Amino acid sequence: MSNQSQEYLTFLLDGEEFGVDILRVQEIMVWAPVTAIPGTPEYLRGVINLRGVIVPIVDMRQRFNRAPVEYTDTTVVIVLRTSESDSGVVVGIVVDAVSEVYKVDPVNIKKAPDFGNQIDSRFIFGMATVDDKIIILLDAKKLLNVNDLYSVVSHVRPKIGEPIAS
Amino acid sequence: MSIDLKQFHQAFFDESYEGLDSMEQSLLALSDEDETDPELINTIFRAAHSIKGGSATLGFGEIASFTHVLETLLDEVREGQRKLTAESIDLLLQSCDALRAMVHCLEQETPIDVNDSKPLLDAFEAMLNDSGQSAVSEPQQKEVQKNLDDSDATVISSAQDAITQTFFSGDDGEQNDDHGEKRWKIVFKPEPQILLTGNEPLRIFRELESMGDLEVHAHTDQVPNFDQITLDECFIHWTLFLTSNVDQDEIKSAFDWVLDECDLDITLSESGDDDTVDTDDNVNTETRLQQDHINLDNRGDEITAEDDYGESASDDLEFVRASASVVAAKVIPEKTTAKKPEPSAAKSTSAKAISESKAIADKKVTAPESAQSSTTSIRVGIDKVDNLINLVGELVITQSMLSELGNNFDLEKLERLSHGLEQLKQNTRELQENVMRIRMLPISFAFNRFPRMIRDLSNKTGKKVDLIMSGEQTELDKTVMEQIGDPLVHLVRNAIDHGLEMPEERRAAGKNETGKIHLNAEHKGGNIVIKISDDGRGMDPEKIRAKAVEKGVIDAEAELSVAEIYDLIFEPGFSTAAEVSDLSGRGVGMDVVRRNIKALGGRIEIDSEVGRGTKIYVHLPLTLAILDGQLVRVGREVYIIPLVAIVESLQIKSELVNRVSGNMVLYRLREDNVPIIPIHKEFNIQADNTALDNALLVVVEGEGCKIGLLVDDLLAQQQVVIKSLETNYKRVDGISGATILGDGSVALILDIPGIITNASRSRRRNVSPRAA
Repeated sequence: MSNQSQEYLTFLLDGEEFGVDILRVQEIMVWAPVTAIPGTPEYLRGVINLRGVIVPIVDMRQRFNRAPVEYTDTTVVIVLRTSESDSGVVVGIVVDAVSEVYKVDPVNIKKAPDFGNQIDSRFIFGMATVDDKIIILLDAKKLLNVNDLYSVVSHVRPKIGEPIAS
Repeated sequence: MSIDLKQFHQAFFDESYEGLDSMEQSLLALSDEDETDPELINTIFRAAHSIKGGSATLGFGEIASFTHVLETLLDEVREGQRKLTAESIDLLLQSCDALRAMVHCLEQETPIDVNDSKPLLDAFEAMLNDSGQSAVSEPQQKEVQKNLDDSDATVISSAQDAITQTFFSGDDGEQNDDHGEKRWKIVFKPEPQILLTGNEPLRIFRELESMGDLEVHAHTDQVPNFDQITLDECFIHWTLFLTSNVDQDEIKSAFDWVLDECDLDITLSESGDDDTVDTDDNVNTETRLQQDHINLDNRGDEITAEDDYGESASDDLEFVRASASVVAAKVIPEKTTAKKPEPSAAKSTSAKAISESKAIADKKVTAPESAQSSTTSIRVGIDKVDNLINLVGELVITQSMLSELGNNFDLEKLERLSHGLEQLKQNTRELQENVMRIRMLPISFAFNRFPRMIRDLSNKTGKKVDLIMSGEQTELDKTVMEQIGDPLVHLVRNAIDHGLEMPEERRAAGKNETGKIHLNAEHKGGNIVIKISDDGRGMDPEKIRAKAVEKGVIDAEAELSVAEIYDLIFEPGFSTAAEVSDLSGRGVGMDVVRRNIKALGGRIEIDSEVGRGTKIYVHLPLTLAILDGQLVRVGREVYIIPLVAIVESLQIKSELVNRVSGNMVLYRLREDNVPIIPIHKEFNIQADNTALDNALLVVVEGEGCKIGLLVDDLLAQQQVVIKSLETNYKRVDGISGATILGDGSVALILDIPGIITNASRSRRRNVSPRAA
């Protein structure tokens, strides 16, 4: 096995499997009620208290313009953290369920095609095929960037509540 | 292996600042007294001495040599050979400033501008030379003096300097002044057991260094293999070169303690003697520094040749010398102020030195780059720390008791459990209080600068000022303290500049010639109130009003209370006011003062009486980390309103509600009309109650106006720890932060001034289309 290969934690979102660099994952926790922040976009569910740290929680379905669903038992929050230091930015993302941890060799990562309006392509880092499944790899650095995560580029109009045929 | 001295730098800086502060205070105390208190002199001397010691150890030659001169002078005062005159106290005060600037330069890792200290050094020299019994014989004294006389271009009179000077005089012939200095070669071969008798060669070298310029070469060829090394034996011997005008006996005296335990050979070495002694790479720092000098020496010619800056060669050399000592002192690591690196300079250190010298020659060394703000440290009284340790001990005991209890728990132990939990709660609270107290410093930290400032200002303006300070022990959060300093300085300066009258004027008004400035700090209802009062001429509300009308800050018809008029001087537009005899300048920068104080969550008030003086009150929160909050509920959400902002809470009586122009709703509160802002509308959330009748209204104040916030319920009042939303998210309108409630959930803290400005903006937006 090559030293270059990275491990990715994958999660399910609206029937698709996404992956993030496992080194950016601080922890996984069950969904707990949040405190809403007024005047913020719908996909920012609010903030939680994670052992004294105020962590914003982003619903990835809404962020990626998928139809929101009722949260179930499998709904989890993946807490991501920038690696730089302890004072790094922390954010929690709400996903349908966590799936697996895969080792992916960089040579197997393909450039992603244009996803059009459904997913903000800024966050896509590439695609990989593992066990005949296609995994969309997300760029954790972008997800953790306040300017990227909380700004919706103009051509991606949030159409919340509108089911997306996939 | 050399120890990385850098790790001690921050401690040295802190200590130096502290030493300089105490020096300054003692000097001021001295100037107030007629009798010279020996203890004060000792304090000053000690401060100067420890700065000198520290800087010499760490290789900050500029500071060491400067403090050395200072110390010589102080020593004479201490010995009673010299009286401290007002003039010399002034000089010493100025030298405090100069030293502070030097330390600051070091901290910012920028080259020290030696030109600042030169006139001071000159003055000290003159003073030392004036008196017959002065210690001119002191070798370095002469050296300093010589250096100063020789060159106008620079002024570094450090120990390392002279070495370069000798080098260059050989190279270049321009510096051929005879310094009366001899170059001693000292071969020092200690016996292996020298360390056992408690002797430390390094200390001897340091003593030698104080006599002149020292070059140390260590010979490590006798060091055995690692497995044969014994820790307490010395296998190294040294060859030292001392450039100084001391005689052999003096050098020998440095070795007094070890004479019978070493081979010592002190000879006069000819100038131009072979400088390069075989040295190991494994030498101590000092040696390595010296090597840098040698490198520099070798580059000497090239520097002169490539001098394309129009400076005279000697100037340039002076600069190189200046920077040589800087490099030797390792003050400027990795940083390159270089505009043009010299290609010929291969060795990085000398390259740095050269580029530094160019930079200096270019006179492009301007203000120190900010940023680089190193982590600040805080000095905490040992009693506070002991307290903490006690509390943590208690906490550990409680914890073990609880876990013991949990191991085999049955219902009978319920009472003990609740007792234990109670104890835990107590411990936690005490711990919290004590930890918070660590951040608290007595306000004297901010006040201490005023005696000096007032002295200077009173000299400058010719006004006689008496400063009274009280409540200096009042404690204030360190962050608040750091940010309140400048506004306070501004206010005090204003009070002297514009508040107090000249002595004649005061006499004519029947007042004491000496004006009084009173600084007072005290706790008042969870706040700190700092009062700055003067007994000067006071401010005339009518004049301020007229000025404000003229400036267009207010309408001519506007009806203002006296307090509101005084508030005008904080208006930005007012600060540019042209001179009006008795309030000229009052208000210059006052808007900045108010902004700074507001940013800290405080406020400022003025009370003045014409002819009697002005009182300025600055109200500050005790700390920025914790605030007293009122918990309110709106629908399912809990918000926190800072208690300081709340005027009152009341139940709405429908007959007092007035609807004006569309959706503006005003509530008549005595003589005020307060706009009602329903939080649920503002934040677009669900509320239990949207009708105004009998609803709860929290009247809050900020930005000079009041609004009423409509809430569903008033919950507890409690202290909350402020957490920033910006750490992981970003600023949110109307929210100043978040906190964690007892049940672990997050509650948002309302930003009252933000909500008020927001509301008035939207009100204007609503009105304008109607007007159009």
